[in-house]
Amino acid sequence: MFEIDAAGIYYRDLNARIREALAKGEKEVTVRNVNGQYYIGDGLSGNATIVLEGVPGNDLAAFMDGPTIRIKSNAQDNIGNTMNAGKVIIEGNAGDVLGYGMRGGKLHILGDVGYRIGIHMKGNKKQSPTIIVGGTAGDFFGEYLAGGLLILLGLKPDGPIVGDYLGTGMHGGTIFVRGEVDKKNCGAEVGILDPDEDDMKVLKNALTEYCADLGLDIKEVMSKKFKKLVPVSSRPYGNLYAY
Amino acid sequence: MDHNYQKDISGCGLTGLISTKKRMIGGADIVKSLCLMNDRGNGLGAGYAAYGIYPKFKDFYAFHIMFDEPSVRRTVEEYLKNNYKVEKVEEIPTFPVKAISISPLLVRYFVQPLKERLVGEIAEDDFVVNSVMKINSEVEGAYIFSSGKNMGAFKGVGNPSDIAEFFRIEDYSGYIWTAHTRFPTNTPGWWGGAHPFTLLDWSIVHNGEISSYGINKRYLEMYGYKLTLLTDTEVVTYLLDLLIRKHGLSIPAAAMALASPFWKKIDEMEKDDREVLTALRQTYGSALLNGPFSILFGHGKGLVGINDRIKLRPLVAAVKDDITYMASEESAIRAICPAPEKVWAPRAGQPVIVELED
Repeated sequence: MFEIDAAGIYYRDLNARIREALAKGEKEVTVRNVNGQYYIGDGLSGNATIVLEGVPGNDLAAFMDGPTIRIKSNAQDNIGNTMNAGKVIIEGNAGDVLGYGMRGGKLHILGDVGYRIGIHMKGNKKQSPTIIVGGTAGDFFGEYLAGGLLILLGLKPDGPIVGDYLGTGMHGGTIFVRGEVDKKNCGAEVGILDPDEDDMKVLKNALTEYCADLGLDIKEVMSKKFKKLVPVSSRPYGNLYAY
Repeated sequence: MDHNYQKDISGCGLTGLISTKKRMIGGADIVKSLCLMNDRGNGLGAGYAAYGIYPKFKDFYAFHIMFDEPSVRRTVEEYLKNNYKVEKVEEIPTFPVKAISISPLLVRYFVQPLKERLVGEIAEDDFVVNSVMKINSEVEGAYIFSSGKNMGAFKGVGNPSDIAEFFRIEDYSGYIWTAHTRFPTNTPGWWGGAHPFTLLDWSIVHNGEISSYGINKRYLEMYGYKLTLLTDTEVVTYLLDLLIRKHGLSIPAAAMALASPFWKKIDEMEKDDREVLTALRQTYGSALLNGPFSILFGHGKGLVGINDRIKLRPLVAAVKDDITYMASEESAIRAICPAPEKVWAPRAGQPVIVELED
């Protein structure tokens, strides 16, 4: 295991040192005393694990393509922008705009998240991104969702589990919410269903890995009813500019 | 500068703290917190505001004035002499900093309006506001950028660390601090355009863009405010002064006027709340702030943080002992308070209101 002390180090220098360690073939890098350094893990490929102690700065894991980042505290905004593969595990809360335009890989967050989580996330036949949130989320959860999987658990809700404009503009992908969903907080395109057997398999599969990552009991997480949110019309604006 | 210039867009970083027990906190903390977010700004503006810094002159309005050139100083001093008891005049202490090659002349005056000038029913604070508006709009090259009691703003063109060093921020101690690093994108980065924006005891730092600037400006002009500092944030300062000091709104009510709930939410409310909110929005439609913002505003009795209604800018709050911190990034708080008792992200449009103990 390779260690870096990030105390007082400027983000550019810190990221250069992380890249250098990975280039030398290090498979596990622990970075201590992180506080606010931006862009950690951006554009990195390979299969190394990076453990961060402290609160990393914005724009973590943007365009990341393979590695696993474990954050042992809270995290800030804009994590996993256009991420392609790999995983970010957050043992605390995280901020706004997580997984924007994400196209593969996983974000596993134990705590609460802010606004605009998983907006414009997309998948294709070969890969599909997943975001799982253990706590609550703000407005615009899954806004413009085009593909992939969003799971919101609300394990210890201190207030509403999710904000307004849930899935507004959604035209692909699936959102699961552990608990009830009020239609008036959803976009017009959103259909609220009870998950069927296949859905429960998808959920169990995703949540087993999530619980293993964060030390949770899968039985307890699965013990409450989920709602499934899907777009009820596909490509509702497909003809918008066509006539 | 043409004060009819219409628009400014800025993306910025802000931080603030308050000791509810009025413990005096040295400037080094706020500087450290702000400098962590150095890259949120671009060196074209930084500033600090502190409360409790002038205990010896706490009954006097502390005018911080910037003069583009020494000749206008005489004009302003003539005006002050005719209208105020001037208790003390001194240049604001500054320290040469390599990165700041040019700066205006910076002078502070501790003043009280002359009794005989308070003719009619005019209140002392209105008189001071009128003076600020008059100097800032009529005296070319002179700007009163701070006019409260026992508080002051220190700001200019530079990075957070340069401006801190220039004004020797570490030499001041206060019980409320706000600070800002600026990234102006639509107007010049000039000394008057740096944050905080202040009037009387109000001081505002802002990250975002007030797209309703034009409407807000015209509304404020009806009440005699003159917008001279070429930056959107200026409207927030004067709106708070108008709504809270002049119209007597509570801070939560004023916050609700500036960042009103959407009509959709109001329609869902119980009858009483619905009627109050409807009246508030109808009355203060022109005070509504549109566009992305996170704002901290300090005043004589406390510190408030507020976001726009759909959370288009970040704001994090934390508490440790008697101190509440608010900043654009959690790491900026942890830079000076590594282990807060509680950290949270305030919800859109929900103000965080912290008041000093009596």
